[in-house]
Amino acid sequence: MPERIVHNLRGIGHQVVNGVWRLGYASRFFLLTLLRSATSFRRFRLTTKEIYFAGVLSLIIIIVSGLFVGMVLGLQGYETLQKYGSSEAVGTLVALSLTRELGPVVAALLFASRAGSAMTAEIGLMKATEQISAMEMMAVDPIARVIGPRFWGGVISMPLLAAMFSAVGVFGGYLITVVLIGVDEGAFWSQMQSAVDFRQDIVNGVIKSVVFGVAVTAIALFEGYDAPPTAEGVSGATTRTVVTSSLAILGLDFVLTAFMFTGV
Amino acid sequence: MQRTFLDLWVGIFVAAGIAALLVLALKVGNASTTFNVGETYRVLAEFDNIGGLKVRAPVKSAGVVVGRVDEIHFENQRFVARVAMKVDKRYQFPKDTSVSILTSGLLGEQYIALEAGGDSAMLKDGEMLKITQSAVVLEKLIGQFLYNKAAEGGTK
Repeated sequence: MPERIVHNLRGIGHQVVNGVWRLGYASRFFLLTLLRSATSFRRFRLTTKEIYFAGVLSLIIIIVSGLFVGMVLGLQGYETLQKYGSSEAVGTLVALSLTRELGPVVAALLFASRAGSAMTAEIGLMKATEQISAMEMMAVDPIARVIGPRFWGGVISMPLLAAMFSAVGVFGGYLITVVLIGVDEGAFWSQMQSAVDFRQDIVNGVIKSVVFGVAVTAIALFEGYDAPPTAEGVSGATTRTVVTSSLAILGLDFVLTAFMFTGV
Repeated sequence: MQRTFLDLWVGIFVAAGIAALLVLALKVGNASTTFNVGETYRVLAEFDNIGGLKVRAPVKSAGVVVGRVDEIHFENQRFVARVAMKVDKRYQFPKDTSVSILTSGLLGEQYIALEAGGDSAMLKDGEMLKITQSAVVLEKLIGQFLYNKAAEGGTK
């Protein structure tokens, strides 16, 4: 019996030490990526290619989901607000919830599962087929050549995608409430404009999406780079990317919201 | 370096993203009417009670937004609240303009109302407004009403 307890305790200890170890490795990896990112800007063609893969190819899913999220917000908001005789405020509701929360968060979640998982799988496979080791052999720094451009491509794409998500979402809300249901158009836009503040709501939303972009791409790249070079290892790493980055997005969102939208 | 179709797509993507940001700023938000861009001058006023007035609350005259509340702090010498507001340079007000804190609607947010006086001299930057009216505190109002009722009952 005591042996079993010792064994279990040892298992927990191993997990904790391993977690801290990985955290340290991840931090060093992140720092190295930042330090060696000069290549990504000197040879901007590499970064452009990654913006294409991470950003342009995510456009369809972002725009379609944004449209539907906006339309659902419009419908639901109208249903509730109409009971209090203030259905014109639906514009404010749609715009505020999109620019403050849903735009950055949902776009980042979609980005993590659409682009983040692809990044992890690609780098994990590069490692499994020893392309990364081959690069090191040829004195090409894989962090500068492979990781850096992907990191910056993701960080540049994320705020743009989130902005498009919010803009398309507001348009979706407009379509449903004004065009379909018949809420007054002037009141819809003017109430929205008087409630949405440029610095407080829009700039804060952009800051959020930049932070999410950094978090998602850093997690995806690290999971790929750290994946065991087997088919099973790559698949596990891809799953971990989606799970960890979704949790990171939601956790960071809470922290950022607590900082941004309290007090004045 | 030669141009590729990839560059075209990335260009379209970046342009669309910036366009979305502009739409958010101008059409959804109020960046076009924020007073940070225009020239402003600063006016001060002291109140016994500012109620729920907040920084960046609108300053209105005749219902039109002419400025924003810039800063609120407690004046410890005379135990009053000192409110600094930024008013658009395009709008000039006489020296004896009266300031009051009002509420928009029954439960709306509080704003500052400027009512022009008859003085021929205009307000300058950093000047203090003399005639002020504090925010109405609902509890005090109810207390006063009850007191009046009780007094009425006594005379009967």
